[in-house]
Amino acid sequence: MADMTYREALRRALDDELARDPDVFLMGEEIGRFEGSYKVTAGLWEKYGPVRVRETPISEEGFIGAGIGAAMMGLRPVVEIMTINFILVAMDQVINHAAKIRYMFGGTVGVPLVIRTPGGAGAQLTAQHSQSLEGWFAGCPGLKVVAPAFPADAYGMLKTAIRDNDPVLFVENLVMYNVTGPVPDDPDHTVPFGSAAVVREGTDLTIVAHSYTVQRALRVADILSRDGIEAEVVDLRSLRPLDAETVAESVRKTNRALIAEEGWSTYGVGAELAARIHRLCFDDLDAPVERVGGAEVPMPYSKPLELAALPLESKIEAAARGLLADSGITA
Amino acid sequence: MAKAAETATDVLPDADTARRLFRTMALIRRFEERTEEQYTRARIGGYCHLAIGEEASTVGAIDALTEGDCLYASYRDHGTALAVGSPPEAVMAELFGKETGVAHGRGGSMHLLDVPRRFFGGWGIVGAHLPIATGTALALVYRDQPHAVLCQFGDGAVETGSFHEALNLAAIWDLPIVFQIINNQYGMGTSVEQSSAEPELWRRAAAYRMHGERVDGNDVLAVREAAGRLLEQARSERRPALLETVTYRFRGHSVADAGKVYRSAEEIESWRRRDPITRFGLFCTDRGLLNAEEIEQIWADVAAEVKEAIDGALAAAFPNPDTLYEHVYGDPSWREQFARMRAGAPFGERGEERTWQT
Repeated sequence: MADMTYREALRRALDDELARDPDVFLMGEEIGRFEGSYKVTAGLWEKYGPVRVRETPISEEGFIGAGIGAAMMGLRPVVEIMTINFILVAMDQVINHAAKIRYMFGGTVGVPLVIRTPGGAGAQLTAQHSQSLEGWFAGCPGLKVVAPAFPADAYGMLKTAIRDNDPVLFVENLVMYNVTGPVPDDPDHTVPFGSAAVVREGTDLTIVAHSYTVQRALRVADILSRDGIEAEVVDLRSLRPLDAETVAESVRKTNRALIAEEGWSTYGVGAELAARIHRLCFDDLDAPVERVGGAEVPMPYSKPLELAALPLESKIEAAARGLLADSGITA
Repeated sequence: MAKAAETATDVLPDADTARRLFRTMALIRRFEERTEEQYTRARIGGYCHLAIGEEASTVGAIDALTEGDCLYASYRDHGTALAVGSPPEAVMAELFGKETGVAHGRGGSMHLLDVPRRFFGGWGIVGAHLPIATGTALALVYRDQPHAVLCQFGDGAVETGSFHEALNLAAIWDLPIVFQIINNQYGMGTSVEQSSAEPELWRRAAAYRMHGERVDGNDVLAVREAAGRLLEQARSERRPALLETVTYRFRGHSVADAGKVYRSAEEIESWRRRDPITRFGLFCTDRGLLNAEEIEQIWADVAAEVKEAIDGALAAAFPNPDTLYEHVYGDPSWREQFARMRAGAPFGERGEERTWQT
């Protein structure tokens, strides 16, 4: 185990896979000489050259499409989209093509493509650069969508994504790149899709989250713990496939569920989980399932407004205390 | 009375080639006519776009492909599949939604393909397969394979953003791909003049410093010559090109469109006089490549072949509804990955036994 940032963990996974498999190549804007807009690919262009670390013009529809066409030939492209906001101009390629090709063509050709992209907000990037849209994609059959919260999972799940035969949207988070954590040294350390992790054990309520919100949830759990309330935190890690069993197991134990996410909760990841928890834990719930997410406004620029729009620890904590109060617990 | 080809008379094919080209075009014509009939008998559902009139543009270019080359097409793809040699019965079976169809009944009319013959699909979103075809050309270069990609699409696709992005990427990356505009002069009911600021579509190539060229798309030899030359240039010099083949669809946009509201009877008639198959037949008899009896025999042969295809496809089984969830994912571990997603899922998604009628 070595401590490294989330960014370094991603870079190491890319480096390992480029070295392991000559069919793996990277494609994206500014990922070469510029080292990536968020420096994830730093050093890889020098090491592997311009064919395996291919710089592209600002043509997301073009190069996601090119990634699909190369993947159909058996290559394993890893496409970087600078931020998830820019994937919108290539939605057709992702939803109408990558997700449907294998099925539409009767299983005769697959698309082993990875699209890496960060979502998230918090640096005054405003409405067009501060979105968490992974829930939209997670609703689409044919895609796999993962959003790890820790460097070790980022490392292991990116390797799983690259080795997987299906198209994978790998969602990162702008704020998380500098977060540090231990990462296994084993170059074959992979983390399976469809398996959530209980990252903190507790007895009084379950907070379900993914991506950077898991780290916020852990801090909220620490705050609640000072008042004698023990929150269990479930990190979904992967949204499609979704591990609803681990979530249900936790809620059966704590009898209360709060789903936190950075995106908009309405029609969001929380909506899907709330439906499943109600079905799976109908007789175990001591309070209605609660959801908390980003304010349902386009992200504003001004700092006080942005802070008000983010699902910060204070908002998640307030939602948790409200949920506890619903079932008669105050602290 | 149709005139023999003028533009490519200097490219005299041998008798075998002439026979092959004529036969493939005739096969497509008969297949499409019978397809129209099958559609009216409700054996085919969904959209159904016929390529009657466009046979020379399709066949001429596809005949120029060599082993290892890859092909992409639009949703008007029945003729494409037949031209690459997919069995007519498997193509018709796909239109009927049968398990024996080229996409096992999952794709239908717009999503034919034949991966062993390197035909990577008919695609349903106008223009969107151009970047994908470009990626396939990139894969050929990546693996240092001496082949090229032929990407066919209609005139409507030229107005999409993907057209620009794909041609630009192909040019800056020196990819071996020929983009072929099968210009049938109407995107649904909207004419090229109405859609395009530059109705001479081939001129768009200049924006990418790419070779552009327009040929008579109803002259199978002209199309074959141009496509062959540009594909060879793509293979040997890794230079992309834009080829416009000007043709006309005798039918409407789809079988649901009579094709008469936006086109005059005179216009349709003037193009009928340039029917690519009649024209090539006359050329062949003029040059002694095929005689009238041989041509008659070919028509009889393809009619029998299409009849056989229909009979075989009719007799084939529909896919079993129990296979509904197959092919959504293909990784060996997908079932394991999704095992815990059934919990609390919506009705029907929990792996239930199907107790409801479909």
